[in-house]
Amino acid sequence: MTTLHAIIANNTLLAAERLTTAWPASIPVFRVETLCFEDTSRAMKRAGARLVAEWGVDETLMGRGLAVYAAFGREDEYLLLRVDLPLESPSFLSLTKLFVPAFRFERQILSLMGILPVGHVHSDLRPWIKHEDWPASAWPLRKSFPAGQRLERVAGDYPWVQVQGEGVYEIPVGPVHAGIIEPGHFRFQAMGEDIINLEERLGYTHKGIEKRFEGLTWQEGARLAARVSGDCTVGHALTYCRALETLAGITVPPRAAWLRAIMLERERIANHLGDIGAIANDAGFAFFFYQFMRLKEGVLRVNSQLFGHRLLMDRVVAGGVAVDLPKDGPAVIAAELDCLVPEFERLVAIYDRNTSLDDRLRGAGVLPADMAREIGAVGLVARASGQGLDCRLSHPFAPYDQIAPRLVTMNSCDVHARTWVRIEEVRDSVRLIRELLTTLPQGETLAPLPAIDADRSSMAVVEGWRGEIVYWLQSGLHGEINRVAIRDPSSVNWLGLEQAIHGNIVPDFPLCNKSFNQSYSGHDL
Amino acid sequence: MLRILHQIFRTGVVTEALPAATETELIEVGERLERAIRRRFHHSLVIREVDAGSCNGCELEIIALNNPIYNCERFGLQFTASPRFADLLLVTGPVSVNMEIALKRTYDATPTPKLVVAVGDCGCHGGIFGESYASLGAVKNVIPVDAEIPGCPPTPVQLLHGILRVIA
Repeated sequence: MTTLHAIIANNTLLAAERLTTAWPASIPVFRVETLCFEDTSRAMKRAGARLVAEWGVDETLMGRGLAVYAAFGREDEYLLLRVDLPLESPSFLSLTKLFVPAFRFERQILSLMGILPVGHVHSDLRPWIKHEDWPASAWPLRKSFPAGQRLERVAGDYPWVQVQGEGVYEIPVGPVHAGIIEPGHFRFQAMGEDIINLEERLGYTHKGIEKRFEGLTWQEGARLAARVSGDCTVGHALTYCRALETLAGITVPPRAAWLRAIMLERERIANHLGDIGAIANDAGFAFFFYQFMRLKEGVLRVNSQLFGHRLLMDRVVAGGVAVDLPKDGPAVIAAELDCLVPEFERLVAIYDRNTSLDDRLRGAGVLPADMAREIGAVGLVARASGQGLDCRLSHPFAPYDQIAPRLVTMNSCDVHARTWVRIEEVRDSVRLIRELLTTLPQGETLAPLPAIDADRSSMAVVEGWRGEIVYWLQSGLHGEINRVAIRDPSSVNWLGLEQAIHGNIVPDFPLCNKSFNQSYSGHDL
Repeated sequence: MLRILHQIFRTGVVTEALPAATETELIEVGERLERAIRRRFHHSLVIREVDAGSCNGCELEIIALNNPIYNCERFGLQFTASPRFADLLLVTGPVSVNMEIALKRTYDATPTPKLVVAVGDCGCHGGIFGESYASLGAVKNVIPVDAEIPGCPPTPVQLLHGILRVIA
């Protein structure tokens, strides 16, 4: 099969120029002319690639204008396209017609950068993240926009998708939800109990994270990345640090790489345990909630005992890890897993034989495989819909290049599939941690971070517990942070929830939503 | 069904199986809390949690208060879905510009007398996000706050301590 790189490089009509200032070398970046952006993207689509993300960047401090990036992925490849744009009335050809998730990315680029997506169809230019009561011309990610500027609220309206007809009614939910969860707004159109349409509106937890990065040092950036999504703190900090280390041209000591993987897998186990319990709870099975929360609490306590933080925040730092595992650490973890596994398996046996749970979970919230592919779903949501995506396997870094995870996929695409993928992943993460402990190298846990060269960029991807996390970093003229672009797995998977809900009844929404368990903060930034 | 009952009985009351240090602290905090709740709120303090822009870290620890190990309901602490039933708002931050109106409305919907506890470093002073075009920082910048529970995130025991401080 022709590589994505070859498809672009061999087509002289596209006139794509490979950038030499972007790392790692395995992720090529091509600059294309504005007019060729769509054609090049179409070539990616034909090759079977998915759109990973699109983001804008302001390079005026480097004496240039604006630019838009599009990242594509296919199996073990990633490829970035870049189109340069002027500062005055910038616009680029929309990819919405080719790739479904583009419409959200492009609305975000328009809202925060003021770059207009144009082309055949861009039916949806409503603000995204930025709400309708912000001034339309406030583009916070522009360099000319001071981070501390307070904005006046203006009168504005958000045109919701409408469904009309006899017996159709609307249910607005949020942003303050009934449970102890993050804020967001869902609007249902329903007839009787059947949901006709669900429209999400997010952005409530937007706290200017990408802009905030631009005022921090590279080292401080790791602390901010750790707070992009609190339940995925290891995943986000690790992706940021890996991108930064690529930019700096350093490799972390082997012991640090192993400890990072142990933490990443512990985070996966803790969150999956909580989710399995919460999914069962939303089906009215409180027994499971308390049992799994008990197991999760045990994992968090060992985190606190060995690494000094229950959620492992700030343990992953630029150049390695902030804490080494104490001498008795491997024994403590081994004993913990020996205790956890039989408890877990007893509960899985109950799950497997409980017909009323089975009745609620199977066939609910189906995200068909072709739809998952179409929206570019990633992570456990994609795997539960038959997509073999796991960037620990497709884009491995130490130690995953030596200790490979097992790919878990399911084909029933429903709430049960998303629960069962979690169950299998808990099992596999336990196996990984045991293998990581037996092969744990000795030595240093931190490498010094050298100064960063000016005007460079790098990208990293890490499979967090939700799925593929993407960070793209760019340094400015003095080697400082010029731009940090983040794509949490939720940014694409939120689209999946809207699709999976069709044909379900209103009371099943919490169950379906919980089985996705997306991040609001990671999406809103 | 037998398997479920078997698992329930073999698990027993896990609340008693805590490590000694944590257990002492937890029971002590819990009992003081219980006395205060009995005296001031007729045996039940109803809490409405509001995420006003947090990273979700504080929420994880607040949810943990409901697990069988911390089991906050034994002290009369109960989380409600509606602010109209609440005695206390537990607010995490930083308060985002996009949540400002919803937070004020939630505050207004809570009947007086009401208490507000800001949770986490971000809820107390804005944390790493600070104040910006998108973040209003501390909860007290938006609604009156009676007590603050710092920490990133505060542990479940610290949360119980903090709630006690405001009602004792």
